[in-house]
Amino acid sequence: MFNLKTTVAAVALMALAGGVAKAEIKIATVGPITGQYASFGEQLKRGAEMAVKDINAAGGVLGEKVKLIVGDDACDPKQAVAVANKLVAEGVVFVAGHFCSGSSIPASKVYEEEGVLMISPASTNPKLTEEGGDNVFRVCGRDDQQGIVAGNYLADYWGGKKIAILHDKTAYGKGLADETLAQLKKRGIEPAMYEAYTAGEKDYSALISKMKAAGIDVMYIGGYHTEAGLMIRQARQQGYNVQLVSGDALVTDEYWKITGKAGEGTLMTFSPDPRKNPEAAPVVAEFKAVGYEPEGYTLYTYGAIQAWAEAAKAAGSLDLDKMIASLRSNKFKTVLGEIGFDEKGDVTAPGYLWYEWKDGTYDYAPVKVNTSR
Amino acid sequence: MESTFEYFLEQLINGVTLGSVYGLIAIGYTMVYGIIGMINFAHGEIFMIGSFIALITFMILGIVGITWVPLAILIVLIVAMLLTSVYGWTLERIAYRPLRNSPRLAALITAIGMSIFLQNYVQLLQGARNKPMQPIIRGGIELMRQGDYVVSLSYLQMFIILLTIVLMAVFSLIIAKTSLGRQQRACEQDQKMASLLGVDVDRTISLTFVMGSALASVAGVIFLINYGVIDFYIGFLAGVKAFTAAVLGGIGSLPGAMLGGMLIGLIEAFWSGYFTVEYKDVAAFSILVLVLIFRPTGLLGKPDVEKV
Repeated sequence: MFNLKTTVAAVALMALAGGVAKAEIKIATVGPITGQYASFGEQLKRGAEMAVKDINAAGGVLGEKVKLIVGDDACDPKQAVAVANKLVAEGVVFVAGHFCSGSSIPASKVYEEEGVLMISPASTNPKLTEEGGDNVFRVCGRDDQQGIVAGNYLADYWGGKKIAILHDKTAYGKGLADETLAQLKKRGIEPAMYEAYTAGEKDYSALISKMKAAGIDVMYIGGYHTEAGLMIRQARQQGYNVQLVSGDALVTDEYWKITGKAGEGTLMTFSPDPRKNPEAAPVVAEFKAVGYEPEGYTLYTYGAIQAWAEAAKAAGSLDLDKMIASLRSNKFKTVLGEIGFDEKGDVTAPGYLWYEWKDGTYDYAPVKVNTSR
Repeated sequence: MESTFEYFLEQLINGVTLGSVYGLIAIGYTMVYGIIGMINFAHGEIFMIGSFIALITFMILGIVGITWVPLAILIVLIVAMLLTSVYGWTLERIAYRPLRNSPRLAALITAIGMSIFLQNYVQLLQGARNKPMQPIIRGGIELMRQGDYVVSLSYLQMFIILLTIVLMAVFSLIIAKTSLGRQQRACEQDQKMASLLGVDVDRTISLTFVMGSALASVAGVIFLINYGVIDFYIGFLAGVKAFTAAVLGGIGSLPGAMLGGMLIGLIEAFWSGYFTVEYKDVAAFSILVLVLIFRPTGLLGKPDVEKV
């Protein structure tokens, strides 16, 4: 009798919990909210919050309100899996994340097993979609595109000079550096130096002295803004005029806060700046009204959530298979322009352009973009 | 180029600068271990707090309008040493003293707990983002030149090395010549006997924590001025390296801590300079293992004398 009672109570409780959960759709964004890449976590969080606010103001998705959960993986692969499991347990149906490739790849396996849709706004390592399940999409480019642009630039502009290629041993950093190296070698150029450094350290003076002594003219860094910023700062402190070239992990104003004047002239590859899209103008204005500059991956996160909401509208359901089919077959009007996804889950739109840091902000650089393989 | 003396000199300067920071933190580990036989794992966090206090003080000085660099640095050093010492004293008073006579393991676990607590405390209070500061000391003197390759010693590096030497000398004198130093050495040898002879053991231990924290805060100030970027997590890596330095030099020995710090800094710089940067930590720790195999008490550590 007692057993029956408990069972009834448990069923009733579950039904109640289910009833509450039905009232809203839970989605999440996950990025480094803490840790040394926290400035990127803020971009993701800001972008996601604004997107959810705007979607709810326009009536939600399929007539239901959207609730955003912000997860923190600190760009640590172990923590990323833990957060992914937690989100799955909370009943999240869609994740706009993660930021670091090293986190996104292991987390995507969890989402695949549990049937959760994932659109990464920022993880560029090719493996994410190449080896990932059908549930994995991304709105940013891939490092094999980015590496070709970077490798060609180094060959075109610095062909006769000494080139150093550095990476931070992470999935993103090493992946990007190796793609760049491969393209450079394809162009028949051997770099003068190839080194790996440890992320999270602050002293790179020995490495800088080494490059200075080897007469390196240009250094290509596959890594994040904190380390790249410290390196260029320490290079200038040693009176060493090396050109820094890097990838999309420098698109945060924190880079300039670290380097100050030393960051002047740093080149980086990044997808087209969505702030310049006419479609994005009202959203950009909305961000600026609350005193936030939607730099870097902010609008990419906004766009990922927009694409998800549009896909749900087109599919008329949140069922995973229908959502995957909808994402692959439709075109979506987002702040990133009109985007679609291919079979692998990569965004069909734009590749990479060159940017230059100047006076505390980045803008298109007067450098030829060469995408020939 | 890499085989020249100029390059060697440049890497030597890099290594000594880094070693100064490690050495100053290592002294805190070694002094506490010497006196109560406990590894204070929260010491790296004390260093981190020193660094944050320095940053906040610099900002306040900027607002108040004190921008003459030598005066600003002097004020920052004094404020950081004082406030960080309060943290170190409080740490000992609330976390370690109640456990004075309990098993060593209890104190060790408490230390790890305090380390995590202090990290989260700063993270919540100051936020998780990097805190950058622009360089305040620029320029330097040219030591050597070979073609385009210039070896320079910046004023900042000179300041760091000199400050470290002065502090080392002062603290060695305190330990060797003053009555506080005598009390510390007495407590190190035998706490019960020392207390029977009228030494206030609790007070002496508190002052040891205060001294260690003050030195760690100086390392924090140096770290902030030199690298210009701090976050709530810097104490962990620096703490591990400094602890390694203390063990390498012989834990419990003051000159040993400084020597160990310098050695770790130099090994890292030279290994990065002449071999691959990727394996510099492997090199540093391999040398630690080798030293401990042949000298289990570290380079300058005294072997434990069995007390009868």
